[in-house]
Amino acid sequence: MIVLDFFLRQGSFTLDVHAQLDRPVTALFGPSGAGKTTALDAIAGLRTPSSGSITIDRRVLFDSSRGVNVQPHRRHVGYVAQDVALFPHMSVRRNVLYGRREGQKLSLATVAEMLEIETLLERDVPQLSGGERQRVALARALMSAPELLLLDEPLAAVDVERRRRILPYLERVRDELRVPIVYVTHDPAEARQLADQVIVLEEGQIVRQHPRA
Amino acid sequence: MDAWQITGFTMATAAAATLLMLPPGLLLAWLLARGRFRGRVLLDTLVSLPLVMPPVATGLVLLMLVAPRGPLGRVLARAGVDVVFTWKAVVLAMTVMGLPLLVRTVRAGIEQVDRRYEAAAATLGAGPVRVFLTVTLPLARPAVAAGAVLGFARAIGEFGATIMIAGSIPGSTRTLAVAIYSLAETGRDGDAAVLVAISAAIAFGALCVSNWISSRADLRA
Repeated sequence: MIVLDFFLRQGSFTLDVHAQLDRPVTALFGPSGAGKTTALDAIAGLRTPSSGSITIDRRVLFDSSRGVNVQPHRRHVGYVAQDVALFPHMSVRRNVLYGRREGQKLSLATVAEMLEIETLLERDVPQLSGGERQRVALARALMSAPELLLLDEPLAAVDVERRRRILPYLERVRDELRVPIVYVTHDPAEARQLADQVIVLEEGQIVRQHPRA
Repeated sequence: MDAWQITGFTMATAAAATLLMLPPGLLLAWLLARGRFRGRVLLDTLVSLPLVMPPVATGLVLLMLVAPRGPLGRVLARAGVDVVFTWKAVVLAMTVMGLPLLVRTVRAGIEQVDRRYEAAAATLGAGPVRVFLTVTLPLARPAVAAGAVLGFARAIGEFGATIMIAGSIPGSTRTLAVAIYSLAETGRDGDAAVLVAISAAIAFGALCVSNWISSRADLRA
C-alpha cells in the first residue's frame, strides 16, 4: 500500500495530497495545472515536499518530521514522464537496459515481447514514432524492477488510433507484472478503463476519490 | 634556433596540459553547472581568476607554491620531483591558465543538457556519478571537445606564467611564445617572425576545429 500524506508549496501553488493507494492501478485525474505531475515528481523524489510523508509498503521514502528524504535513484520508483526522455545518444537496447537491476528476474526478451519492441532494439531514438517511444520508455522503466510505476499521461502524445493500440500494453503490465501503477490522465475514459481507484485533483487539492478511502 | 624542436615541445606540453586539465575541469564544470552548495560563487570566481589576473602574477603565485621551499614544492622535493625551471613547470603554467576556458565552455554545455534526461536516469537507479558519466557528459560532448581545444590553444599561447616558473631555457623550457619574446628581445626579428607564423597557424587551426565542433552541435540541436 502506498500512503501519500504531503504538502508541497511552489510559488503561489500549493499541492495537498492525503491518500492511500491500495489498488493495482490508481488514476490521478484532473485538469492541467491541477498538480498531477508535481505529485508524481514528489513520489519519484524529483521534487521535495514542504512537509509530510510518502511511504511505499511501509518503506519510508520521505518524512519531513524525521528528516528522511530518500534520493531518487534509491527509491525504486519507475517513472515514465510525459516527454518520456529516452536518452538520445543511446540505442533503444541501451536505453531499455540502462536501469536493469542486479538479480532482475524480468528478462529483456520478456519485456521486449510483451511491449512488442523486439524489432526496435537496434534502432536509434530519433527514428522512433511517438507510440514506439512510449513503449520503449515503459520497457526501460520496467527493466529497473520498480516497486511502483508512475505514468504521466502516457497516451497524451499519441493519436486516438495509437491510443487504442497502446492501452492493451498497459493492461498487460498491470495484469502480468503486477507492479502497482499510478497513472496520470485527464481523459475520463482512460481512467475508467485502466484504474481501480480514481483520485480527482483540482488546483492542488483532492476533491473526490473513488472508491472512498 | 630550431623552430621544429620548439614547435614540437610546445605542442607536446600543451597536449599534456590539456589532458591534465580535463579531470578537474570536468568536475568543476559539473559542480558549477549543477551543484547547489555554499561557496559556489566563490569557487566560480576562483576558477575564473587566472583569466583576468595578469598572467605573470598567476605565475608568481605558482612559483611561490612550487618553489623548493614553497608549501607544495616541499612535498614534491621530498618525493624527488623538481618542478621549477623544468618542462613540468611549463605544463603546470599551461594547465592553470587553460583551465578556466575549459571549465567555462564545458559548464555552458552542461547547463544546456536537458535536466529531464538526468531525472530519468536517476529514477532508473543511477546515482549522481553514473548520471554524470553516462548521460550528462555524453550529451555535453561537443562542449567538452570545444573546451578542450580552447584550453589547448590557450596553453600554446601561454607566456606570462610560463616565463615566471619555467624561464626560457633553450631546448628545455622554451615554448613558442617564450621563444618569440626572447628572439625579438635579442634582435632576431626574422627568426621570431617564423615562430609567429607557426603560432598563428596553430591558433587558427585550433579555433577552426572549435568552431566546427560548435556549429555541428548547433545543427544537431
